[in-house]
Amino acid sequence: MTTLTKTEGAPVPTGSDPFLSVRDLYVRFSTEDGIVKAVDGLSFDLQKGQTLGIVGESGSGKSVTNLAVLGLHNPASTEIAGEITLDGQELTGARERTLQKLRGNKMAMIFQDPLTALSPYYTVGRQIAEPFIKHTGASKREGRQRAIEMLTKVGIPQPGLRVDDYPHQFSGGMRQRAMIAMALVCNPALLIADEPTTALDVTVQAQILDLLKDLQQEFGSAIILITHDLGVVANMADELLVMYAGRAVERGTVKDILTAPQHPYAWGLLGSMPRLSASVDEPLHPIPGSPPSLLNPPSGCPFHPRCAFTSEVGGTRCADERPLLAPGRASACHLTAEQKHTFFTEQIKPRLG
Amino acid sequence: MLRFLFRRSLGAIVILLLISAFTFFLFFAAPKDPALLSCGKNCTPDAIALIHKNLGLDKPIPVQYWDFMSGIVTGRDFAQGPCPAPCFGYSFANGDPVWDTIIDRFPTTISLTIGGAAVFLTVGLGTGMIAAWKQGKLVDKVFSSASLVLSSMQIYFIGPIVLALLVYNLEILGQPKYVNFTDNPAAWFMGLLIPWCVLSVIFTAQYTRMARSSMIEQLAEEHVRTARAKGMTRGTVFFRYAWRGSLIPIVTIFGIDLGSLFGGAMITEQTFALPGLGTLAVKSVRDTDLPMVMGVMLFAAAFIVLFNIIVDACYAFIDPRVRLS
Repeated sequence: MTTLTKTEGAPVPTGSDPFLSVRDLYVRFSTEDGIVKAVDGLSFDLQKGQTLGIVGESGSGKSVTNLAVLGLHNPASTEIAGEITLDGQELTGARERTLQKLRGNKMAMIFQDPLTALSPYYTVGRQIAEPFIKHTGASKREGRQRAIEMLTKVGIPQPGLRVDDYPHQFSGGMRQRAMIAMALVCNPALLIADEPTTALDVTVQAQILDLLKDLQQEFGSAIILITHDLGVVANMADELLVMYAGRAVERGTVKDILTAPQHPYAWGLLGSMPRLSASVDEPLHPIPGSPPSLLNPPSGCPFHPRCAFTSEVGGTRCADERPLLAPGRASACHLTAEQKHTFFTEQIKPRLG
Repeated sequence: MLRFLFRRSLGAIVILLLISAFTFFLFFAAPKDPALLSCGKNCTPDAIALIHKNLGLDKPIPVQYWDFMSGIVTGRDFAQGPCPAPCFGYSFANGDPVWDTIIDRFPTTISLTIGGAAVFLTVGLGTGMIAAWKQGKLVDKVFSSASLVLSSMQIYFIGPIVLALLVYNLEILGQPKYVNFTDNPAAWFMGLLIPWCVLSVIFTAQYTRMARSSMIEQLAEEHVRTARAKGMTRGTVFFRYAWRGSLIPIVTIFGIDLGSLFGGAMITEQTFALPGLGTLAVKSVRDTDLPMVMGVMLFAAAFIVLFNIIVDACYAFIDPRVRLS
């Protein structure tokens, strides 16, 4: 029980209230096999006009966290504890009707796979116009005009014609643009992009990221960018949160984390990125082991079974005690600050080239 | 769409030809001579030969088949008089023209079939969707278990029970009977109410389960989650986004079920003594009445094939991805 009540520590206090604040978020799913601790005590803040990158392996709780922000989990099988506040408004425990007014309006989400995330049965234009009509009370004709306007904005050629197309008549990149148009149709103050470029090839990927940047500058939205691609994060994000097994293991600015990561898991993430400058014969360096089962996560530090540095901490501390994430730039690891610095500069950095 | 209809019509003709040939040749494999029926008690071989000649049974079977099939298109001349196209000949049993008999019996069967389908589609899909909406709640459990029980209730089992209860004991409804819709719509409805409900019980139960599982599956789809993420109300998400997708498997099964629905109509007619194609088919098989058997078979098969084409065309209305490819 003690681990449940321990707080992870607030991010850097900034004086004014953050636009989005997540405190001690727990998301648990009851399944036939037991309770999955998908998010296990997560806290972060996001200011307006800023972009927060969330990185981590599949199943580390990135998407689950953000679905919880929108309140999209099935309440019958999900238990959510903690506080999520958007612009001073409490979202956890809010009524479904309240959330419906916020979704697609003040907070919107771009999903990973636009082929499955768009309904095959309705035209792109109708799907884009729908939230606009609902949240602004516009007429169908105004909704259609707005959809054409949004398609123009995201760079769809011949938007006046394409507005009546079905998603399957769009290419992959165009579908993702339509998805973005749909998310942005009400100028949301918070935009959650769940791996928006994973399904796309690299040239389209760059276009989509540029588009998101432009739109952020225009509307001053806050963006949460979920990805496992560190290249995308380096390009887009201001702050970065590294997640592992439903917890934040490292927090800091993108520059700090990419140039001087502190957590062994972050070292592993950076180390496993292929480098163009490396020789073809040089093997990649994956993180050994596999992501932990969230039905029965490892005790103490969830990363300890895969960590090469547990012996440096000494004893069984890594397996017994959950490391806390201090406020501000920090990492949840039992290694001392000097150890982290030494190991990174001496052992990890040379490998990164 | 025109190409689709053309292709499907060609296929339908092939299917009907195969069915006709199969039925025709199978008939002669039966160890029973249709001539015996009209020969009476003191039958002599000469009398039988004469009847064979009159009925055209003395010719080789392929020739008989050809005469019969070409008669449908061009009409034939019989001893009883000329038979204009579509000519299915005259009944061996009572000498009535087959086509006229079928046209006379057809309204009963089609009323029964379409009414039954209307009942089980509305009730079945309705309860299925309510169960999906209230998934895991009491209503869902009641509907789900009721559908399990009812899906094993055969027509000839429930039929007499319903009759005994509603007609003979409580006297709420009259004995089921067929009245022409054009003569008296109210009497038509009341007369067929019991047969419709009895015919549709098993189907209702099956469609409840199917609609429920199909809806639940659709509600877990990503595009349905997207609709929720856009702030759509639960009703919009349920009835606009999930419902549309859940129809596709249901329409598929409905196309397959049409045949068994027709078979169900035949059993229902027997159970309630309604003068439809079903009773006619059973009687003509028993009487070894070849022209009547052929007529009913081909007529019923043509209808099932036609409805299947309509059902397949429905896909295009439900799913735009089918429309264009």
